[in-house]
Amino acid sequence: MEPGSQEQAIATNSTARLGWGRVLAWLAIIALLVILGAGLLRSQQGSVNVGQRIPDFPLTTFDGQTIHTADLRGKILVINFWASWCKPCEQEAADLEAAWRFYQARGDVVFLGVDYVDTEPEARAYLEKFEITYPNGPDLGTRISQAFRIRGVPETYIVDQDGILQFVQIGPFRSLSQIKSVIDPLLQP
Amino acid sequence: MKLRLSFLWLVLVWLVFSVVALGTTTVTLAQTPNPNSITDDQVNAIAKYLYCPVCENVPLDVCGTQACEQWRQVIRQKLAEGWNEAQIRQYFVDQYGDRVLATPPPRGINWLAYIVPPVAILIGVWVLVQAFRSWKRPLPAPSSLPQPDHVSPEVLKRIEEELKNR
Repeated sequence: MEPGSQEQAIATNSTARLGWGRVLAWLAIIALLVILGAGLLRSQQGSVNVGQRIPDFPLTTFDGQTIHTADLRGKILVINFWASWCKPCEQEAADLEAAWRFYQARGDVVFLGVDYVDTEPEARAYLEKFEITYPNGPDLGTRISQAFRIRGVPETYIVDQDGILQFVQIGPFRSLSQIKSVIDPLLQP
Repeated sequence: MKLRLSFLWLVLVWLVFSVVALGTTTVTLAQTPNPNSITDDQVNAIAKYLYCPVCENVPLDVCGTQACEQWRQVIRQKLAEGWNEAQIRQYFVDQYGDRVLATPPPRGINWLAYIVPPVAILIGVWVLVQAFRSWKRPLPAPSSLPQPDHVSPEVLKRIEEELKNR
């Protein structure tokens, strides 16, 4: 090969390398932007909306019983997020328990308490203090609260027999009659 | 005499039982965890690397909420029970998820947090080096500049003469 054509070949090779480098750099930047965008979209999403199917989850109660919400289709589901350190949760604790006792005999309304970012001794003391008897369990790894994208506690989600969210209460319920006014219309005759 | 011997035997048996009972009590006390023996510094040494999801961006050692106070109490209890730092951190991760850690564990998408910053710094250094090199490169020689070809030699001569006369 002549010296001139050799130089030309080297120049062509280096240009090709530079081209591939640029392509890879752009791909890396685009991939990073896609990941960042997906993360931003996820963080911007609000909580589960009324009319949407709720994310199913297993809840292991403080008694060691595991309840799968998917197994509760056909029943009305009242999911209450609470914590022992949450003062507003105390305002509605007695009303929720009263509502549970009111519907318990029917068998078609299930109450679940999800204990958010709490410590077990204090959570147990809270349940004892308010004589709460419906199933309650810790939100291990905050998976349930993240799936529902809750904004804080207390929050209560009322789900119909098909697993569709029908009502969201942000903050505490004000009275037993308020809880009943949401559940009663969902009951099948 | 016989009565005195029996009395001595009774005292001896009582002493032996007392010593055994005291020893057992001491052992029992030693095995009972005492959270009060754990100092705040010991608790905070672990707490400063944990973040409660309720109080975002506030390390657990300086967070003043009731939730954080309960968490610090858990650390104190676990330390009293003989748990080490890694076990306690893992306990919090199991209970509340990876988000409680000050630094994300290096797995899955979390690797981006470790890879992207050094790669970005390296790329920045490379760009700077390239820029400095291009600034140090000498300017092209004037001869390589394009010469105006529409200026006749007579005109050029006249310009030079006028410049000399100034």
